[in-house]
Amino acid sequence: MRRRDFLKNMGVAAGASTLPFLKFLPASAASRDGTLVVVTGNGPNSMDIQRKGTNRPSYQIAVNLYDRLVGYSTKTLDNGSLMYDYTSLEPEAAESWDIAPDGKSITFKMRKDATFWDGAPITAHDVKWSFDRAVSLGGFPTVQMKAGSLEKPEQFEAVDDETFVIKLLRPSKLTLPDLGVPVPIIFNSILAKKHATEDDPWATEFLHRTPAGSGAFMLERWDSGQQTVYKRFDDWKNGKLPGVERVIIREVPSASTRRALLERGDADVSLDLPPKDFAELKASDKYTISGVPIENSMTAIGLNLNFEPFANKMVRQAVAYSVPYDQIFKQAAFERGIPMWGGKSFSPETIEWPQPFPYDTDYDKAKALLKEAGYADGFEVPLSFNLGLAQWSEPMSLLLQESLAKVGIKATIDKIPGANWRTAALVEKKLPLHIKNFGGWLNYPDYYSFWVYVKGRLFNSMNYDNPEVNEITDITLNMEVDNPEYEPNIKKLISIFFEDVPLIPVYQPYLDVAMQKDVTGYKYYAHRQLDCRLFTKVTS
Amino acid sequence: MFGNEKFKMIVGRLLQAIPSIIGIIIVTFVLTRALPGDPAVYFAGPAADEKSIQEIRVSLGLDKSWLEQFWIYASDLVTGNLGVSVSTGQPVVEELIRRLPASLELTFLALIFSLAVALPLGIAAATRPNSWIDQLCRIVVTAGVSLPVFFTGLIMVYLFYYIWGVAPPPLGRLEIIYLSPPPVTNFYTIDALLDGDLETFGAAFAQLALPAITLGIFTLAPLARMTRAAMLQVLSSDFIRTARASGLKRSTVLYTYAFRNAFLPILTTLGMVFSFMLGSNVLVEKVFAWPGIGSFAIEALIVSDYAAVQGFVLAMAILYVLLNLTIDIVYTLVDPRVGLDG
Repeated sequence: MRRRDFLKNMGVAAGASTLPFLKFLPASAASRDGTLVVVTGNGPNSMDIQRKGTNRPSYQIAVNLYDRLVGYSTKTLDNGSLMYDYTSLEPEAAESWDIAPDGKSITFKMRKDATFWDGAPITAHDVKWSFDRAVSLGGFPTVQMKAGSLEKPEQFEAVDDETFVIKLLRPSKLTLPDLGVPVPIIFNSILAKKHATEDDPWATEFLHRTPAGSGAFMLERWDSGQQTVYKRFDDWKNGKLPGVERVIIREVPSASTRRALLERGDADVSLDLPPKDFAELKASDKYTISGVPIENSMTAIGLNLNFEPFANKMVRQAVAYSVPYDQIFKQAAFERGIPMWGGKSFSPETIEWPQPFPYDTDYDKAKALLKEAGYADGFEVPLSFNLGLAQWSEPMSLLLQESLAKVGIKATIDKIPGANWRTAALVEKKLPLHIKNFGGWLNYPDYYSFWVYVKGRLFNSMNYDNPEVNEITDITLNMEVDNPEYEPNIKKLISIFFEDVPLIPVYQPYLDVAMQKDVTGYKYYAHRQLDCRLFTKVTS
Repeated sequence: MFGNEKFKMIVGRLLQAIPSIIGIIIVTFVLTRALPGDPAVYFAGPAADEKSIQEIRVSLGLDKSWLEQFWIYASDLVTGNLGVSVSTGQPVVEELIRRLPASLELTFLALIFSLAVALPLGIAAATRPNSWIDQLCRIVVTAGVSLPVFFTGLIMVYLFYYIWGVAPPPLGRLEIIYLSPPPVTNFYTIDALLDGDLETFGAAFAQLALPAITLGIFTLAPLARMTRAAMLQVLSSDFIRTARASGLKRSTVLYTYAFRNAFLPILTTLGMVFSFMLGSNVLVEKVFAWPGIGSFAIEALIVSDYAAVQGFVLAMAILYVLLNLTIDIVYTLVDPRVGLDG
């Protein structure tokens, strides 16, 4: 069977039904040498990250089955966990790149020997077609491209097969890192175009079911709702050949079952366990737990300024003094995170973000502030959380409710189903007091501010509006970090966040992954999906 | 076995079901749209802006009026197209074809298991009231009803898989090293047998065992109770006394006369239990990673995935119509006095 035919038969129905040649996976899979078994709560719903309605687990397809122009290099944290380094890019499909002296364009040189799975060379024309697609389809890919100032097809030019040029609308520190996120993947445009139609010029129906890429892994099976199986692409030239030949990703909805599978040795990697399980598995010392603080992310309490008492800064500070930080951290998060309270001063010393806010549990201070604000008798407020995240946000809400009662604020718990959360919290911005956990893909305080603190932004569920914040964010967003004006501006920004506290951070959560001891190579990314290319299994 | 008359009656019953199915289609359509939450917003993803949400709304056809949407839905339905589930990215028909058999296979096996335990237990308890076996029946029934399926499932996994390691890993319909048999019925055990592949049959059966027993324990209770009650009633009736007095063999009295008469209420319970089981599968599906219809429906409901919810309800409605018909037919076979038109 030729590879092309093989790939053609790779759709869902085919995956579930017509794989003709084996009843069992080969013996190597059975003995599990070279095969990585991953259990996770949710699987992909599309093979195309740029499709409308594609869910988060589908990003792993973009990561493992496709290449980008550039990737992020790896840094090792103090605890031995690996983490991507967004400040340092490394070549993937592009061999090298140069920023023009005038700063108005970036020229990429493509690797000469790299091919797609079907043997076609990866050319600048494929990149052009793929980037045009990302900025034209609308929805999520277009928004993400825009974050890197990549907005319209005219910006992209394939000079010849090996030279690809991006014309910059404005110089921005976000453009190059934005090329390493999962969205700007390179499709096999010759193959994809064969399946494009008049109504569907970007071959969305075809690419939804059939990946057409050049990545380190090819799709062996996709049984939607059950499993995804990757097989190594042995001719991969865009990086170091993966250490495992096959990756089997099984969807197991129950977290208890996922833990049991790991402990019985039937799974090599177990994802999405509750913090409690990770804490226990780590304590047992039989497994490797990689815990990496999720970058640019905080579990926090949002105070909506449209709710009258919260319009008063003193009331917001009073709430910040009545949060039971330590209890929440121990009983809801099981200490799988970094505390974000108890900072020393209201003027930040560094531009590190997130950093601990200068608040601590202090009921007397809270009462005094409330009295000063004219709310000595307290008030009533609904406290909302997303039911989809109830595992930790429900205990957190209950602890908060209990401790707010001590300063006279009567909070009533309001559980909001996952499907309604976005509308209620982010679009209508109507929740007075709520639990938030936003995380930015690009790790800069100004990027966080852009999404969360600036007036009218989607994740500004607090209706916070401070002209100074809006202005500083605007100035710093595209500014290089080594610009002398960057640091003072960011410090100013953070001190306003400290002072105004429309958002009360509690902790920066870990992304935890549990693995067998013989598995190494887990690397954390902001997109939180598994990069299977780096994994190795040591057979002892 | 079926006379011409009976056949006509069956067709008549099926025709009678058509208005109710049309009613169900309309009600589901309206109800899904009355659900809170905006699917366009949900599926546009967290970072979407107003423009991309509008694009999604248009591509889902949600910018059109309800009447227009219903017209499109209804005319698709006539051609057998149930639309595409946005949350799983697959056509709803494909999802149903793949998931319904998984649920049915599990439910049937669970039913067989609980019948195999409940009937003998109920009969034994009825023939010897207040003996130890009657007490045992009582304990099993109480335990079965009071243990939540989720809990039983986790205990099963804990004991048989985690502690003793006798059960295969709870990884859905087949263990990792097996590939699914060539699909004919999509019941893996049957397909594997049709393919003559005993090894895959064994593997599929082993995967089924724990979830089926879990479900079975739960449904055992109403069946055992009903068997006991119905048998007690029949055993105390006059014709049994007469049969005994005439010196008929004990087994003949018990099985030919008593059990056959007690079977009607059991059959009714069976029908109810079966439909109940299909619904309560969700929790078992979660624990055993079973790719069934229940979890599909729940997920779809949570994210307001209209096409998926509508498809699921429609499939269930048709299944219920067929189920009730089957039970009615079995009635007429067990008890000739029952007519189909009753």
